[in-house]
Parts: sequence; C-alpha cells; structure tokens
Amino acid sequence: METINAEILTLTYGSIVRQLISDYEDVDEVNKQLEKMGYNIGQRLIDEYLARSKTTSCSDFKEVAERIAHVGFRMFLNTSARVAAWAPDGRSCSLILEDNPLTDFVELPEQLRGLSYSNILCGVIRGALEMVNIDAECSFVRDSLRGDDATELRLTFVAAAPEAYPYKDDD
Amino acid sequence: MVCFTFYIFNRKGVCQYYHEWSRSKPSREGGSKQEDFKLMFGLFWSMKTFSAAMDPKGTSKPQVGVPMRAGQGCAFRSFRTDKYKLHFMESPSGIKFVLTTDPSVGDMTTALHHIYSVPFVNQVLKNPLYVPGEPFLFESFASALNKYMRTLGLLT
Repeated sequence: METINAEILTLTYGSIVRQLISDYEDVDEVNKQLEKMGYNIGQRLIDEYLARSKTTSCSDFKEVAERIAHVGFRMFLNTSARVAAWAPDGRSCSLILEDNPLTDFVELPEQLRGLSYSNILCGVIRGALEMVNIDAECSFVRDSLRGDDATELRLTFVAAAPEAYPYKDDD
Repeated sequence: MVCFTFYIFNRKGVCQYYHEWSRSKPSREGGSKQEDFKLMFGLFWSMKTFSAAMDPKGTSKPQVGVPMRAGQGCAFRSFRTDKYKLHFMESPSGIKFVLTTDPSVGDMTTALHHIYSVPFVNQVLKNPLYVPGEPFLFESFASALNKYMRTLGLLT
C-alpha cells in the first residue's frame, strides 16, 4: 500500500485545524467541522478498507469494533487501538489509542481546552460505518492532549438497517 | 468479443456506471437507459433474495420478502443462459458489480473483486471529482477497466 511520510500528514492536519480555528473562532464549531470532514473521508475510505482487507460481513458489533481497532487503524494510521470498557448490553465500547500520530508536535493552549483536536477520527468512523448500514455515534472521552493519561474514543451502536428494495412498483 | 456489458450500482439502486462493449438491442425498443438499469437491478436483486431463501444448507437463512442486511445469506455470483452469462459481485458496502459475458467464460468473482479493489478504489474513490453514491464518467476508470479486461483475454 502506498504510504506518505507521517510527519507530512501530522503537519498538514495541524495546519488544517489551525485554519479552521481562525476561520470559525469557535471551538464547538471547529469540532463539528472536523467531524464533518472525517465523515466525508469515511464514506470513501470504507471501500478501500473493504477491498484491501477482503473483509466479509461481521457477525456482531464486537467484531466490528475489533476490526476498526486492529485492522482499520493499522491500515490508515499505522497505529493500533485497544477495545475496552464494553457496556453490559454490548452496544458501546471504548477504543483506546496507544499512539495518535495526528497529535505529534501538538500542544493545546489553555483557551482551546474544549477542542477535540483529532475529532476527524470520530467522523471517519461514523461515515465508514454508515456505508455498511450501521448507524453509530463516536466521540472523544479522553484526550492525552488535554492532559488525560490516554486517548479514548467512545463508540456507540445506534441501529443497523437492512437493505430495502429502492424502487416502488409504480415508478 | 466475449464481454457485453458492465454495470456498477450503488447501495441505493442507482446505476453509477454503465459500459457497453457489444449489445445488439436495448432491453426494450425505445426504452430509456434508466428503465434498463431498473430491470437489471430487479433481476439481480431477485436472484439474490431467491437464492438466499432457497439455500438448502443455510441454518439461519432469511425468509422470502424479508429485507436482508448487506452480506446476509449466501452470495449470488452468476447465472448462465445459452446466449450469455451474468456475473455479480457485491461489496460489503453494498456496491454491486455486474458483468455480462459469453457463456463460455469461467468464474469472474476474483476478477470483479479486482475491479473493485484496484480501478474502482484508485480511479474513482480517490478522484476528487467523485461524489459518493453519484454516477460518474471518468476516462481513467474506463481505460483501466478496458486494460484489465484485455489482460484477462476477454477483449480484443
């Protein structure tokens, strides 16, 4: 698989975030925009993931989370995540990132404490899962940039839709 | 000429790409392309649901008429008539690849998977002009597709 230098990615991503902050001047809006960018990326990236990993269907949401953590993060960010803290009903879990290449060289200033710097990752996961008919929510709970001891994404399963015949009889 | 037509449908049943190498007549004289796409979609959709429902080996097979999830049930791959053969491949994300060829052509599942994983990913998904789910017409994809079909010996 073609790769690019990790530092180029990190620095480019950093300048995008910086630009968004000066454009929107509002941390919540920046978080929203990053999520949206990620969502659009995820919609395309899923097919590259499926084609390269030759994934067939997952039997349950646990398998979905494992594949994202071990195959997805490895393929696109060359890092891997740990799946932990399953809710008793099996509908939500945490992805704990051991190493987040997006945050190398980054320091978060005090006035931007509310910024989810890597929020793009949440969007990517949501967009990609939507393309395989899984509605899910994803958000940051802990971020090592904010001084937490780890980076943790919370992934929550909402619904899985079956495929419907898209045409009506009369059209 | 052993390849006849090629279709890509998105998960909502929209035909995103259509290529015709050789086709003497449309599905209905004077009918629109859209009508042809809809007929083709209905054909493989029904083949998919019926073959899953008739599966003699499946233990948790879906019932006829009950909506299936993508990838549920057995995977329909091809059917053959005396005049042509239809090959079908669906990605887990619901993108459907359909190829009609001469009936003498063998299994094309891996070839369709190759079209999905190489030309489709590289020339379509990574093309900034591509809007996910919308029809596209990229010269680079068409030439990559033709080139690959030629290496398989299916086009002259």
